[in-house]
Amino acid sequence: MTDLLDPPVQLPPVHEEVHGHDHEEHHGPTGILKWLTTTDHKIIGLSYTVTSVIMLIIGGIFAEIIRAQLATPNGSLVSLAQYNELFTMHGSVMIYLFAGPFAFGALANIMVPIQIGAPDMAYPRLNALSYWLYLTGAITMLSGFFTAGGAANFGWVAYAPLSNSVNTPGTGADLWIGGLLLTGFSAIFTGVNLCATIFYLRAPGMTMFRMPIFTWNMLVTAILILLAFPVLTAGLIMLYCDRHFGTHIFSVQGGGVPVLWQHIFWFWGHPEVYILALPFFGMATEILAVFSRKPVFGYKGMVFATLTIAALSLGVWAHHMFTTGVVLLPFFSIMSLLIAVPTGIKIFNWIGTMWRGEIWFSTAMLMAIGFVVTFLIGGLTGIYLASPPLDFFTHDTYFVVAHFHSVVMALVLAAMGGLYYWGPKITGYLLNERIGKLQFWFLFIGTQVFTFPQYALGLDGMPRRVAVYPHDPQWKWLNDWSTFGAILIGISTVLFVVNVAVSWKKYPAGDNPWDAQTLEWFTTSPPPHHNFYRLPPIRSERPTWDYNHPEHRSIEHGTDHEVPLEKEPIS
Amino acid sequence: MKTEAKLLLGLGTFFGLMCAVYWNWSLEDAGGVMMFCGMLLCFIPGSYYWWWSRHMKPRAEDDPNATQAQGAGFIATFPGTSIWPFTLGMGAFFVVLALVFGIWFLIPGLFLVAWALFGGTAEGRRGGKH
Repeated sequence: MTDLLDPPVQLPPVHEEVHGHDHEEHHGPTGILKWLTTTDHKIIGLSYTVTSVIMLIIGGIFAEIIRAQLATPNGSLVSLAQYNELFTMHGSVMIYLFAGPFAFGALANIMVPIQIGAPDMAYPRLNALSYWLYLTGAITMLSGFFTAGGAANFGWVAYAPLSNSVNTPGTGADLWIGGLLLTGFSAIFTGVNLCATIFYLRAPGMTMFRMPIFTWNMLVTAILILLAFPVLTAGLIMLYCDRHFGTHIFSVQGGGVPVLWQHIFWFWGHPEVYILALPFFGMATEILAVFSRKPVFGYKGMVFATLTIAALSLGVWAHHMFTTGVVLLPFFSIMSLLIAVPTGIKIFNWIGTMWRGEIWFSTAMLMAIGFVVTFLIGGLTGIYLASPPLDFFTHDTYFVVAHFHSVVMALVLAAMGGLYYWGPKITGYLLNERIGKLQFWFLFIGTQVFTFPQYALGLDGMPRRVAVYPHDPQWKWLNDWSTFGAILIGISTVLFVVNVAVSWKKYPAGDNPWDAQTLEWFTTSPPPHHNFYRLPPIRSERPTWDYNHPEHRSIEHGTDHEVPLEKEPIS
Repeated sequence: MKTEAKLLLGLGTFFGLMCAVYWNWSLEDAGGVMMFCGMLLCFIPGSYYWWWSRHMKPRAEDDPNATQAQGAGFIATFPGTSIWPFTLGMGAFFVVLALVFGIWFLIPGLFLVAWALFGGTAEGRRGGKH
C-alpha cells in the first residue's frame, strides 16, 4: 500500500497518430469544421449536451401548452388535432430525444472514458456518427410540424391499428418513424461504443469492481440498449411496411395481430425505462457520495442491484398491456413487483451513503436528494400499477401519467444535478450556486405541485390524452394546480438558462472543486486532448480521493476504513 | 476479462431461465422469441470473452496491483479528426428522407453513404489524418 503515497506516474503517449502529434496542443481544424470533423468524445459529448438540453426546452414548451389547454374544462388554446400532435411530440421528444441521448450521449460520452482512465471512446468515428444520426433524427422527427398534415399524432407509443396508413395518413407519421430509425441506430452505436470502451480501455489497476458506479450503470445501460433497441428498429420497419408496402403484420384484416406491435414496442419500451433511469441513478450515486464526504455505501450491493434491475427488465414489458386481456398476468405482475427489491436496495444505499456524512448542501447535492425523494414517490406508485387489479382501475388515467412524471421528473432533477456537478469538469467553470439553489426549489416544489393533483385526478377517473373535459368541471381546480406546478418547472428551466448566461466563464473551477473521489477529477478542467497527462495509482474505487487524502484512503472497496489516529494517552 | 465474461454469461443464463418459464407458461411466441434472442445476445459475446479469459494473460486492468507504468505504450490508433462520420450521417439522413418523400432522395443518400464508406475505410488504412 505504500505506492499510494508515491507521486503519480507521468504517462507516456498512449496513442499514435500517423502524422505525428504534439500531446500538449491538439492542432486541427477550428470553428464549424472542427465541430463537423471532430472525433474527440468530449466535443461530441458537448454537442450532445447542448442538443439534448434544447430538446428538453422544446419538449417543455409543448408541455406548457398542454397544461395551459387543460387549465379550463373547455380550453380552446389549441384544436383537438393540434393537441394530439402536441402530446405525441411531447412524449417523443422527451423520451427519444432528451432523456436517453442526454444520459448516454452527453454525460456518459464525456465522463465514462475519463472515469476509467481511457484516452477516448473505443470507436471515435462511430461515436461521431452516433451524434450525426441523433441530430438528423431529431430534425426529421420535429420537421413533421412543417408538413401539411402536421406532426405525428398517434401518441408516443404508436399503437396499431391507429398508426396504420388509413387511420393516420400523412407524412408527419412517416417522419416520426424515420426520425426514430435514425435515433435508434444512434443509440445502438453508442451502446456498442460504451461496452467496448469499458471492457477494453480501462487504466491499469481499474478492475471491474473498482469502476465508479456511474460507469457501472452506463455499462449495464449499454447492454440493455443492445438488447432493446434492435427490437424497436425491427418493429418500426414492420410498421413502415404495413403503412406503405401492403403487408398486414399489425392489421387483423390481413391475418396480422395488432397486439404484436404492443409486444414489440414494450419489449423495447420497458428496458428503455431502465435505459433512461440507470444513468441518472449513477449520477445521483456519485453526487451523494462526493457531497457526503463518504464512499458509496454498499458498493457491491449497488452494482448487483443494477444488474438485477437489468436482468428483470427484460421480463416485465407486458405490465403495460394488462388491460389487453391477452397477457400472462401473474408472470408480469411478479416480475414487475420483484424490481422493487433492487430499487429499494438502491434507495437504502443512497440513504446509507448520506448517513452520518459531512453533508455539503451544494446545488448538485440538493438536486440529488430531490431526485431520491421524487423517485421514491414515482417508484412506490409504480408498485400499485404492477398489480393487475389496481392497474385495471387506473390504466390510461392520469394516475399513470402522474406516476411516470414523478419518475421522469426525478430523472430531470438528477440530470440537473449532473450538470452542476460535472459542468465544471466539462467547461472549466462553475455555475452560480445561488441561482442554482433557487432553480432547485422551483424544480422540486414545481414537480410535486405538478404531479400530486394528477394522482387525485387519475383516481377520480380523468383519462389520459383528452384535450377537454366539459362534463367534469369539478376537475378544473386540480388541473389548475397541476398547471401551476408546470409553470414553476418552466421557471426553473428559465433559471437554468439564466444561470448559464450569468455564470459564463465567470467562476474558474480548478481541477477538483468538490474534493471528489473518482478519476475524472484527477485531470485538468477541461481535460486535455486524450484526457490525462498523468494517472494516480488505482487501488480502490476512488483513486483521486486516495491520492489527495492518503490518511483517509480506502483500503478495500465498499468500506470506509478510515485509519484511526493513535491518540496520546491522557496522563 | 473473467468478470466481463461472468457478467454476460450470468445475464444470459437468467434470460434463458426466464424465457423457459415464460414460454412454457404463456404459450405466447413473440415474447418468447425475443427473450431467447436476448439470451443469445448475452451468450455469444460472453462465451467469447470466457474463451479469451482462459487463453490470455490477465491484462493490467484486471490486476488489482497493477502500476500505471504497466499501461504505458501503444494502445490503439485514434484518428484525430475525420469528416466521414458526418458524410455517412448525412447519407443516412437522405436515405430516411427517401422513405418519406420519395425514392429520388436515395440518389444523394446512397452516393454519400458509398462515398463515406470508401473514404472512411481508406482513412482507417492510413490510420487517420491529422
